[in-house]
Amino acid sequence: MWIAFKRIVRAGFVGFWRNAFVSLAAIFVMAVSLFVIGSTMMVDTLLGVSLENIQDKVDINVYFVTTAEQTDIDLLQTSLESLPDVEEVVFTSRADALDAFKERHSKNDTIMQGLEELGINPLGDSLSIRAKETSQYENIAAFLSEQQAVEDPQKPLIDEVNYIKNQEAINKLTGIIQAVESATFVIMIVLVAASILITFNTVRLTVYTTREEISVMRLVGASNMFIRGPFMLQGIMYGIAAGVLALLVLYPIVLWIGPETEQFFQFNLFNYFVSDFGYIFAVLVGTGVVMGVVSSLLAVSRYLRV
Amino acid sequence: MIYFDNVSKAYGNEAGAALDGVSFQVAPKEFVSIVGHSGAGKTTLLKMLIAEDRPTSGQVFFESLDIHQIPRTKLPKFRRKIGTVFQDFKLLPHKTAYENIAFAMEANGRTDDEIADNVPQALALVDLEDKIWNFPGELSGGEKQRVAIARAIVNQPDIIIADEPTGNLDPIATYEVVQILRKINDLGTTVIMTTHNKGVIDELGRRVITMDEGKIVRDDAEGKYVL
Repeated sequence: MWIAFKRIVRAGFVGFWRNAFVSLAAIFVMAVSLFVIGSTMMVDTLLGVSLENIQDKVDINVYFVTTAEQTDIDLLQTSLESLPDVEEVVFTSRADALDAFKERHSKNDTIMQGLEELGINPLGDSLSIRAKETSQYENIAAFLSEQQAVEDPQKPLIDEVNYIKNQEAINKLTGIIQAVESATFVIMIVLVAASILITFNTVRLTVYTTREEISVMRLVGASNMFIRGPFMLQGIMYGIAAGVLALLVLYPIVLWIGPETEQFFQFNLFNYFVSDFGYIFAVLVGTGVVMGVVSSLLAVSRYLRV
Repeated sequence: MIYFDNVSKAYGNEAGAALDGVSFQVAPKEFVSIVGHSGAGKTTLLKMLIAEDRPTSGQVFFESLDIHQIPRTKLPKFRRKIGTVFQDFKLLPHKTAYENIAFAMEANGRTDDEIADNVPQALALVDLEDKIWNFPGELSGGEKQRVAIARAIVNQPDIIIADEPTGNLDPIATYEVVQILRKINDLGTTVIMTTHNKGVIDELGRRVITMDEGKIVRDDAEGKYVL
């Protein structure tokens, strides 16, 4: 058993070097498809992160009327905080809101002028509510509309709840991101299928050059595993080499694009590449190895038929 | 040791079958020659024996084993009991005589020590000790065939099957190859050979099976080439 294994390994290496040119071609073809897979992984991660970011921004803002009493607001805040779905409730006073508003629009003279003419602070106090899970916002919104319903219409407390508006935008964005994700998935499938075919053909070339050897091996009673082994090993070597090559190409690209993604997505792709290198390495090299072995098995099986 | 029981083989829809109800048996240590015109079914017969092809009907037994019932995964093991020699030698051109023979032993899972031991012995048996490191391209036809025979016997098979082993050889090389096959037979290995060569048959004076159009037409214990 050990002798057979040793010989298979040796024959695999010899075959790899003897067909160096074809091996190189196979490795390049596989590296291209692995690179595409790697890039898709990167894009997917970015999309995932931005989806999370957007979902993080979901909150319910309750705006109170300007005449609202602080005690009433405090009361509502405590009752909100006692809800099991609520993560946190943040109170923003009307003065703070005005400061923030002024800062945001400091360059817009018309707005600043209008504000000056108004003389009073038109903004009310507000509470911003974060739920533990995105799906729980419905419950909180329902609770708030109940509150609104029982208010004294002469002396209203809540001016506006802006949950519904946000929700539409979020749904739209989520839809877009999911569409992009499924599109990249389809593209990836097509590319992987194409590269398996090309790899298969390339490997078949190496097998073709050794078909005589295969027929002689069969005649002298070599087991199928003994014949297949070296080609499977070659497939594994193609996969590893192609995976490493794809990573080598991916590295400078991610290094270059990292700061850009930092700005745009608040997420540094390069840091992800480095911190999750083991996972990315495993996926690319693993896919390469599987592709190589499958191609080799398909190619050899032609000559193993009795 | 080998029994053909009413074996027929038809390829496609051809009118004439390649083999038509062939029955015979071969005893251990026999030297059997199969003669006949091209297309008489000689090669098909040999293919049945190494399970390279399946009969349309009938059975082929090796000892008590129905060859065509052997599961695919067990076939290599069965083939190790049979050494094969072909008209076109089937040597690997990029390997030396030594490596060609060693290759057959490696495929059988023999140890390196055994290989280092047995390959020179096999080459000695075919009188080629001095060509051990030559490539097939550097050997004459007769020498190539002798290397092929050495490869066939190195795993000590029960039977040697030789399909037109002298088909490509000049008379002297033919004589040498037949002498070697006879020597192997004398050492206790069954030999089944197909040939066209009248001189070889008449010289051998062993059992001859004559085939024509897929049928056995003669089976003589000390046959001559009659066609």
